[in-house]
Amino acid sequence: MRKTILQFALLAVAFAMVLSACGTAPTAAPVASEAPAVTQAPVVTEAPTVAPTAAPFTFGILLVGPYNDQGWSQATYEGAQYAEKQLGGKLVYIDKVNPADRPGTTASQLAEQLVNQGAKLVIFNSDDMKDEALKFAQANPDIYVIGASLDWTWKDGKNYKESPNQTDIMGRMEYGKMIAGCAAALTTQTGKIGYLGPLINDETRRLASSAYLGAKYCWTNYLGKNAADLKFKVTWIGFWFNIPGVTSDPTQVADEFFNSGYDVVLSGIDTTEASKEAAKSAASGKKAWAIPYDYVGSCEAAPDVCLGVPYFNWGPAFAATIKTASDGTWKSNFQWNAPDWKDINNKDTSAVGFVKGKALSADAGANVDKFIAELAGGLNLWTGPINLQDGTAYLKDGEVGTDLQVWYLPQLLKGMEGQSVSQ
Amino acid sequence: MLKNNRWINLAFQLAALLLAVIFTTLILLAAGAPPLEAYKNILMGAFGSLDNFANVLVAWVPLLLTTAGLLITFSAGLWNIGVEGQIMLGAIFTTWVMRLLQDTTMPPALILTLAILAGMVGGALWAMLAGALKTFGGVNEIFGGLGLNFVATALTLWLIFGPWKRPGVASMSGTVPFDDRLSLTVFTGLRLSPWALVIAVAAIVVVYLLLQGTYFGLRLKAVGRNARAAFLLGIPTWQYMMMSFALCGLFAGAAGAMQVVAVYHRLIPSISSGYGYLGLIVAMLVNYQALWAAPVALFYAALNIGSIQLPIVLKLDSSLSGVLQGMLVLFVVLVEGARQQLMKKS
Repeated sequence: MRKTILQFALLAVAFAMVLSACGTAPTAAPVASEAPAVTQAPVVTEAPTVAPTAAPFTFGILLVGPYNDQGWSQATYEGAQYAEKQLGGKLVYIDKVNPADRPGTTASQLAEQLVNQGAKLVIFNSDDMKDEALKFAQANPDIYVIGASLDWTWKDGKNYKESPNQTDIMGRMEYGKMIAGCAAALTTQTGKIGYLGPLINDETRRLASSAYLGAKYCWTNYLGKNAADLKFKVTWIGFWFNIPGVTSDPTQVADEFFNSGYDVVLSGIDTTEASKEAAKSAASGKKAWAIPYDYVGSCEAAPDVCLGVPYFNWGPAFAATIKTASDGTWKSNFQWNAPDWKDINNKDTSAVGFVKGKALSADAGANVDKFIAELAGGLNLWTGPINLQDGTAYLKDGEVGTDLQVWYLPQLLKGMEGQSVSQ
Repeated sequence: MLKNNRWINLAFQLAALLLAVIFTTLILLAAGAPPLEAYKNILMGAFGSLDNFANVLVAWVPLLLTTAGLLITFSAGLWNIGVEGQIMLGAIFTTWVMRLLQDTTMPPALILTLAILAGMVGGALWAMLAGALKTFGGVNEIFGGLGLNFVATALTLWLIFGPWKRPGVASMSGTVPFDDRLSLTVFTGLRLSPWALVIAVAAIVVVYLLLQGTYFGLRLKAVGRNARAAFLLGIPTWQYMMMSFALCGLFAGAAGAMQVVAVYHRLIPSISSGYGYLGLIVAMLVNYQALWAAPVALFYAALNIGSIQLPIVLKLDSSLSGVLQGMLVLFVVLVEGARQQLMKKS
């Protein structure tokens, strides 16, 4: 057997050499295979189209998940495609950039592969790549870096690091979550809203809490009900997606919500269990609705129970920031971009949006619009009095929460059920 | 007569490789992708430059370490699925010692050495837990190992988002990276550490010698072939099994330590990178022979690194290399089965 294995190995090597020899001959033709079709938003004419310069500006994006995950990665990928179109640039990408899918690789190493393909700017799309993005930026001062959802370049933040060729960008999803919470409160018939949370940190706390603030506002102001009658419970599964045996099973958590009288479940995780379980519950005759997250098209997982989806629209910020890199006006900064209140679903201007789902009633829909209009008019739900879950005052009466106070929210809020801190 | 004909065997192995390539090619064609371009890109991505080849070796080191360990448990007839968790515990112990010592005045070389040794101990302890479950609890090592893998993942996540969380917001990116002085030295301009290479190569040599050239190896194999017969012949069976678990854990723990000190420089959620499962495949493919673990592990590392080019250059789904890897295993096993059938008949 040993000999045969040797022969096998030798053959494998020989075969590989033959292949490489074959491969080099007919390469002249550039490969023009298109990326798999991704539904593109129609390009709106009023968008500022930049005349492509002589050589298209090449930039790359590293995606933590598959490019077509109907979630976080697809949202950032489509944002990059939008920028490519707007700027007449050239986009290169690598997806599944994580050590489980690509053993032995690091994001900074993969970024260098993109640079080898001509990329002058690289987008790191996830918190997973936080350290790698900074490392790459510091090791490659001639290459621009965009960190989607990172906060290195936020001067006031706790993690600030000087990194002149880097700009970090995040959308103010707090508004999206408020609108989602509002839609949930306007729809629930039991007065019980469930929030399927990922792991516990400042970001997830602030998003869950924003959803609660939106829910409470619409519950009391539009339905005229008592805030104490609204139940809002957060159950954390322990990670961004299900890991059997390690996290709580999101399917089970969603199921438990629906079985214990919670008729609307908001998803804060990367996958679609909430929608699927809502559809199952609805099929068995129960009242059940869900609100997914992240990607504009994620209602498609279960359209009939979908109240809508708060989503990120990365395109405009990517395009604007990449443009400064290509025309020499780059300045490192940190962007926490709000929705465009004139039209939160404007592809060309709004960083965060909310599309209504099929299951949202006309009445509720009208009230959601009213809520959005109020937000646009300056309503700020992060205004005191706001107490933390344990009763400590966080914002005094009339005090408006600063970006720092909102970003680094230490606990869930008073009135919410669920764990505030991981143990 | 057929049995000893090496050319027949060779033909079978060639057939397996060809079948795997043909099937992958068919899938590529069905997807409308140019197969030759794809293969060429994988090869160039792995061997096209010194930089790329060094990256292949970076992935090769932990895979080879893991495979080396698995050869020992396989020799004892044990399916050590828990190797994945043993890598994680190695990484956790290494991170732990690094965190304890990083602010001391100890020389970096000493800290690194202690950290790597701690990782090996961590892996060995976790492996012995699976061994103890089997020996004293009657839990099959496959189930015990799988269970312990879950626990190890949970432990990693808990540490990253709990006690070892970074200041500010705990991050998926892992614990705070260690200072540069606490990294294994690398070849200039590359990511590859000569020390990591030396450790991996030494590991496979040690395992080869252990299994081929020692009384211990011989007895271990006797336990693996027929534990009851070995026991009746006076080999302390459970002690040998336990020892093989511990040894495998040492190597898996070293792999975890390498992930921390030579690749990621911190503890990250998926620190084991699936090397445990990949190592199981490699060990099976080489039919548990230490000598061939190195080239086959290299082949797998090369496929993984080379396939990075697929999405960049061809906009192809990079899971293609996974398809090719899976096909290879499938066909090697299938063809080996067919060969044995034919041999019986002739």
